[in-house]
Amino acid sequence: MSAADARLRRVNVFRDSRPASAAPSPERPAAPGPRPGASPRTSRARLAELRGPGVRPRPLDARALAALAANPGCRRRALLDGAGVDKGALAQALGSPAAYGQSQFAIVRGNAFEARVKSDGGTDLLRLLHERLAPGTPPPAPEEVATPDLSAAGPEGRTARTALALREATAAGGWALLDHPMLAVEVAGSPAYVEPDAVVVHPDGSWTVVEIKSFPMIDGSADAAKVGAAARQAAVYVLALEPVARHAAAHTGRPVRVRDRALLVCPKDFSNLPTAAAVDVRKQLATTRRQLARLTRVEEIADALPPETTFDLRLADDGRTATRPPEELAQAVEAVGAAYVPECLAACELAFHCRGRSRQDGAVEALGRGVRGELGGLRTIEEVLAAAGAGEDPADPEAERDPAVAALRRAAALRAEALAGAAVPAPRAEEPGCR
Amino acid sequence: MSLIETLARMEAVAEGRARPRCTVRHRHLSGQPLVLVPLTTAGEAGAPLGALVGTDREKPVLLAVPQPRDRDLRFAFLAELAESVLPYVDGFADAIGWEERKETDPETGKKVPVQVELCSDAPQLIVPSAAGVDFVRLLGRSMRFRRTAEQEPAAPHPAPPHVPLLGRWLTHFGERARVPGASLLLSMTDLLTRHWASGQSALEDQHLGALLAWIDPPAGLSGREAAERAESARDADGQLLCPPAGPATDPAFDNRLLAPAMARYDAGLPGAEDALRALVEGQLRPTWDAVWHGLDLLRALPEGARVPDRWKRDRWSYTAHRDRVRAGEPPQPKQDDAVTAAQKLAARESAQAQLDAQEALDDPLVMAGRRLAGEAFQGTVTAVEEAFSEGKRPMPRPLVTLHTADRPQLSGGGKLYRALADGRTQTGECVAPAAGEPGVLVVRLTGGMGRGKTPEPGSVPEPGETVCWTLFEHAPRGGPELPDPEDTPWTHGGPPPAPGETPHDSPDPVTTEDFL
Repeated sequence: MSAADARLRRVNVFRDSRPASAAPSPERPAAPGPRPGASPRTSRARLAELRGPGVRPRPLDARALAALAANPGCRRRALLDGAGVDKGALAQALGSPAAYGQSQFAIVRGNAFEARVKSDGGTDLLRLLHERLAPGTPPPAPEEVATPDLSAAGPEGRTARTALALREATAAGGWALLDHPMLAVEVAGSPAYVEPDAVVVHPDGSWTVVEIKSFPMIDGSADAAKVGAAARQAAVYVLALEPVARHAAAHTGRPVRVRDRALLVCPKDFSNLPTAAAVDVRKQLATTRRQLARLTRVEEIADALPPETTFDLRLADDGRTATRPPEELAQAVEAVGAAYVPECLAACELAFHCRGRSRQDGAVEALGRGVRGELGGLRTIEEVLAAAGAGEDPADPEAERDPAVAALRRAAALRAEALAGAAVPAPRAEEPGCR
Repeated sequence: MSLIETLARMEAVAEGRARPRCTVRHRHLSGQPLVLVPLTTAGEAGAPLGALVGTDREKPVLLAVPQPRDRDLRFAFLAELAESVLPYVDGFADAIGWEERKETDPETGKKVPVQVELCSDAPQLIVPSAAGVDFVRLLGRSMRFRRTAEQEPAAPHPAPPHVPLLGRWLTHFGERARVPGASLLLSMTDLLTRHWASGQSALEDQHLGALLAWIDPPAGLSGREAAERAESARDADGQLLCPPAGPATDPAFDNRLLAPAMARYDAGLPGAEDALRALVEGQLRPTWDAVWHGLDLLRALPEGARVPDRWKRDRWSYTAHRDRVRAGEPPQPKQDDAVTAAQKLAARESAQAQLDAQEALDDPLVMAGRRLAGEAFQGTVTAVEEAFSEGKRPMPRPLVTLHTADRPQLSGGGKLYRALADGRTQTGECVAPAAGEPGVLVVRLTGGMGRGKTPEPGSVPEPGETVCWTLFEHAPRGGPELPDPEDTPWTHGGPPPAPGETPHDSPDPVTTEDFL
């Protein structure tokens, strides 16, 4: 065993540890066995090589998973996330740092709100859950709600502990509130660990995912985009709970189901009092399931790479400065294909880098996801403009063959005619807007 | 995105600067707009951090909240905002003209003409981005149910006077902004994207700095370079050179500059408040300048011919709300009743249809898009044949033959519309096109020729003339009338509760840690 491999054994607790190797437990969701032909050790070693020696893999959270599922065609993202590469540091080293982070005010506010919702053994939370999701049943009395302790060492241990607690709570047949349980979900062939804000076990044996968010619900409605993001995250949790539920059902002999309506808890209006709404996540669940199934397996992508490829930044001793030349890194990143669309800007740390490449290549997708639809086989802006300007004879054989080209020529001719008829004043050249 | 717009964006990429999407300006711009650039505190429901506001581009009023969690400071901010905004809004209330309108007489049930007031101009608020419009709506919602000391002397934390009134006005502006083509409250990014196609995606156009960089790149830079610089260039401290247009701030600004400055303020250090105000102004000022820069660019475009017509609707809207405030009506409810909601939706739908039609008629470039989509066609008249309608009193129904290269999606008998020189609309219908002759269409004129036996001069096109027919109506009508709110059917929740028993206008509960 090489030194790098030994280090890997020690630090690599968040990923790639197969059920056989760590914290074996019957409750563990059936993680997929290694693919035939690719031994788990070699593929693990390969992913470690991609990260670089001694680099700790980054855990995938539900937000990243939801973003990954939103662009399943991107092999670059699947590989980098699957291998646990720190995309933010990579983007920094490539010279196109990501634009987003989180304000400490938002974090403080979010934590304070979550603590408030869960205070008093979750009395408020269970009251809201009962009102929204189980009206007509006897309300839970605060002292009857079990709040099992879920602390354990490492994500593997916490996952096993969560599964055990869920099974016990289901067998007990009462209410139970699991605060920050840990769940495993298979992403592109390797398990990722996700942590919902809470999971509630109902007396009837069903489980509900609870998402606590700090954006307000004003007069009963919240920002649709934020609710959508929360629903996609909740869908990831529901997906991760399903195999656990199957095991629990087999062990307890009770019917166990994961409810497809998650509870979204938000501050009410402008106060910090909690209010809640049931969010139907069936659609997001189906989408996430399909997209995750479509994700090319990370090993397959890794196998297709040139053998020496690595995303190692060769960090200097301070642990932050990358010493690897950006050109070399860029070459490594280019070795795996990306599917850039403008939506990536809000969801991926590498987006500025991919956008730069996409723009350099003149790819039409850089202008928007839907642009390709009307352009037929034309893939670059150069090709489109050449086809549009190649003469206005609609009887041209090329235009006859390709209706997209014919439509483009008509559009170009109409646009030119309208612009020629009206003298549009050119914007005045002025001082730059910013410093 | 339509093909013609995609093409415009690609032209912009190739040329390195934005390309026109319109040949005229399709929104009214007031001679004296009120620009409002707000900032909010991250993670909190519309707790304002600061704002630049004013009608004078050289002298904006800076409002800042040194500690957004302090209720008194928040109220002081809102009171100052009311002092800046309300005099401007009220300034248009008393310059009025008279308009004649038909109203149903309650006694006779007949429609009788009455003289009503119409303000001769109206206020206009400009915010940097679409998120700014949402923020105005949010501020309005947070303020309009506040109680002042005068209304409720016993309640703790009374709001300063005028704050509820400002809330009602901001709510009105926010609601009006949802009507397509309305111009009481506009965002600069929407204005600019309507008139120019940049070489980036619609998503990236939401960044005001990047959008302006494409439209008017500084000397020596291409639009793309300038836009990328505006988006992500940072100084040595890691701060963006071009701060976001808000209301959300950049997390790096929050974490590295704002949080330490607030800590110094909380510790009561001397000069901390001034330092905070300077920080907030530093984030706001570039956006303030960018908004005025955008206004300069837009003012260089000639106004569309039908824009004053739409602005008049905004003036009606302003006048009506002025009257509601003067009559002492309660603030807008939190949720509309069924009839009001249906009315609002119907009004927005017909405003959208009207806007689409008017923009196309005002602007050959917009019409080109409709022609490409097969919703209009332009052609040269080759022959005009006299014909008459059948019936007791034969009316002229001339047949106009024209040659066109457009491909309208027409079938025999389809209705057509054409704008006449005097602004009226002429109707026509398509006579089944002659087979075997592509590009030749015959249109029977069915209206707009007066009542005589011979068409009015100028109402029938001459051979050789170029005419443009549309398949869409020019003045689309709304749907059928809705019942009064008192007659709401039970299927839609029944009549709304009487004013006394409604839970809608109760103030929000005040908690010890609430925001706003």
